[in-house]
Amino acid sequence: MFKFSAASDWMLFLLFSAVVLTMPIWLAPIGANYPDLMQRFAIFGLFAIGFNLLFGLTGYLSFGHAAFLGVGSYTAVWSFKLLTMNVLPAIGLAILTAGLFALVIGFVSLRRSGIYFSILTLAFAQMSYNLAYSVLTPITNGESGLQLTLSDPRVIDTAMGEVVGRSLPSTNLFGIKMSGMPGFYFCAVVLIIGFFISLRIFRSPFGTMLRAIKSNQTRMSYTGFNTRPYLLAVFVISGMYAGLAGGLMAVTDPLAGAERMQWTASGEVVLMTILGGAGTLIGPVLGAGIIKYFENIFSAYNTTQLNQVFAALPDGLQEIMVSVASMFVGKSWHLTLGLMFVIVVIFLPGGIMEGVRRIGGLFRRGQKSPESASAAAASTTQA
Amino acid sequence: MTDKKQPTDNISRRNVLKLGAGAAAVGGAPMFFTRHAYGADFLNNPGDSGTVTLGFNVPQSGAYADEGADELRAYKLAVKHLNGEGDGGMMNTFKPSALTGEGILGKKVEYVTGDTQTKSDAARASAKRMIEKDKALMITGGSSSGVAIAVQGLCQEAGVIFMAGLTHSNDTTGKDKKANGFRHFFNAYMSGAALGPVLEKAYGNNRNAYHLTADYTWGYTTQESVQTSTEAIGWETAQNVLTPVGAGDFSQYITPVLNSGADTLILNHYGKDMVNSLTQAIQFGLRDKQVDGNDFVIIVPLYSRLMAQGAGDAVKGIFGSTNWHWSLPDEGSQAFVKSFGQEYGFPPSQAAHTCYVQTLLYADACERAGTFEPCQVGAALEGFKFDGMGNGPTEYRAEDHQCFKDVLVVKGKENPSSQFDLLEVVEVTPRSQVEYPVDHPMFAGGDLGTCNNGA
Repeated sequence: MFKFSAASDWMLFLLFSAVVLTMPIWLAPIGANYPDLMQRFAIFGLFAIGFNLLFGLTGYLSFGHAAFLGVGSYTAVWSFKLLTMNVLPAIGLAILTAGLFALVIGFVSLRRSGIYFSILTLAFAQMSYNLAYSVLTPITNGESGLQLTLSDPRVIDTAMGEVVGRSLPSTNLFGIKMSGMPGFYFCAVVLIIGFFISLRIFRSPFGTMLRAIKSNQTRMSYTGFNTRPYLLAVFVISGMYAGLAGGLMAVTDPLAGAERMQWTASGEVVLMTILGGAGTLIGPVLGAGIIKYFENIFSAYNTTQLNQVFAALPDGLQEIMVSVASMFVGKSWHLTLGLMFVIVVIFLPGGIMEGVRRIGGLFRRGQKSPESASAAAASTTQA
Repeated sequence: MTDKKQPTDNISRRNVLKLGAGAAAVGGAPMFFTRHAYGADFLNNPGDSGTVTLGFNVPQSGAYADEGADELRAYKLAVKHLNGEGDGGMMNTFKPSALTGEGILGKKVEYVTGDTQTKSDAARASAKRMIEKDKALMITGGSSSGVAIAVQGLCQEAGVIFMAGLTHSNDTTGKDKKANGFRHFFNAYMSGAALGPVLEKAYGNNRNAYHLTADYTWGYTTQESVQTSTEAIGWETAQNVLTPVGAGDFSQYITPVLNSGADTLILNHYGKDMVNSLTQAIQFGLRDKQVDGNDFVIIVPLYSRLMAQGAGDAVKGIFGSTNWHWSLPDEGSQAFVKSFGQEYGFPPSQAAHTCYVQTLLYADACERAGTFEPCQVGAALEGFKFDGMGNGPTEYRAEDHQCFKDVLVVKGKENPSSQFDLLEVVEVTPRSQVEYPVDHPMFAGGDLGTCNNGA
């Protein structure tokens, strides 16, 4: 199981690790190399990788994945409050709780497929959101979100003799503060591990089984396979990824709010995966990065900054450019994202990864390349 | 730190992880060295730079977007005045003032903006961007107490000053108060304390109140405060129903009021929610009703001119409280209304006022402290007494970072003379009547903690 099947997988994994870990350098020119955004890239990358295991491999479209993210966040914050500020127990518990939660929801939802499955997961997620928002206020602190306080017990920390002064302790990994750059590297390493596991699942017999379910579930049943356990297993794994992502969100910023579970958050991960390329290894991470970049950088552009961008143009033209461009940035960043999504879905149904493959194909057209041809064929069936 | 995460269970992966760790070290090294390259004494120290950046984090979408837009206008105006442009507004009436009109401590003031979306997560992400990317020294904004509390917590952890904008929940300077956070706006307790006597005079002692309450921290504390002060004047409380923020349609909550036997509806709503619930309550004919010989009345504990504008005729004769109103005759208010009006063509709202004042107060505290270091700026704000900012003599109480000043009780005008002249000031409740001890039960359970400068 722990042996790579092909040298190309090794290369892919190494390249991925290198790209992720050098983010602070290559993101600098586009103004995205600040810790909070890079943490988000890594966290939502993980979230999308997990979602892709379910959607990309089996074709089951879950519209309620944000619920697991939220459960993970709440669990992690409670672990900080009750046990310790160390992040490892928080993350472990977040994965575990989200997994259990996914087991219950998956057990019920997977009795149906297609649109009914999507609606069931959506319903469960909205239910969780409303519970967290108002009914379970003692556990979730409702709209204000669950936060750390000075009076939290932190049993393990207290037993270890750590004295908390009059300022809130910060999340740490054996003494290393998990905010800022260390927080990013922690998330990045977890992302790389998550990517590795996803790669293994893609290449495993289990992954093949899931793809077979996607291609024709009825045929699977006729050949004597019970597909439900496989689906439930991947649903739980996928939920655990989401829980891990939620836990990491709490690690980098110890607050959990109900809006993390709202259906828009579930929809966002679907967008990320489709934008990047469902069923591909890298695509979801790419999609997550693009959407988070738009959300954080494009949304913050205001006319002053636009004026600086177009400062080189003559006056009249500058004003026109600024007024046109301001329709696509600032609070209208959703418009830009929507347009981009539409364009990608129409021209590149396989997401950005299909675009990458097509460009790669152009260069290799001259040579005989049965591999790339079969890869392209595989990608079209996956899309 | 990467080493600690190396899984040790498998040898064949070792090379990969070694490479990864190496890349991390190479990639991370420049960041670790540059992060505190200059001025390790506090976070985002502007050092020798000629400018200083402030972060304006307001809702630009959602139920409180109107307030957010007005807050942003006020912030931009404040920056103009601080940099010596325009007519100076309240800088001319603010005393004692250390402001120079040449930026803050000789540095030109610049700003970045962000959209809180009226969501804690989005607001914190936006504030983090301002702190980490744009190197903002101070974050300010509000319009939802839930968001304000979340961002205040973030600023405490990060080590920058948070100057709360419009946030009215008791918790902001109560159980969730923070050493790095400061609030100029009044709070729910003050609204209740100011409204009590006025309601007694207007509606007597024999009433039965039905509460519709926004389902979050502000709604809870407002409801609690108003219930306490109305029960103190002999009113009964029929029921309290929680409604989701941004519901849009409140008819399902208003219908039961008709048959509840209550003769008073208290709308603990704000922003578009209040506009919708009040309009719908009037459409349902609540105000034409009589219960046990009492005319049915509606009360809105926290009023704003923007909301009154949205609700139109529905606000006529309805009581509420407000932090400030543009029709106030004092010198400071008039100066602010004049320069805001010249800039934008209409009078400012109370949200705009408090945000403008907070920006000036921050700048002034920096001047007096002689530094941008958050803890010294905070110390300069603590216990600061000032006047000429539209609310009369005001004090920043050191113990909980809450401003104490007079509170206005207002009523929707029966015959408005313009589209902005919708509220009339019924009473200016003196500070002594709305003051409370730091350990008041409605504010108990919090701890300022120690100031954090992010170093």
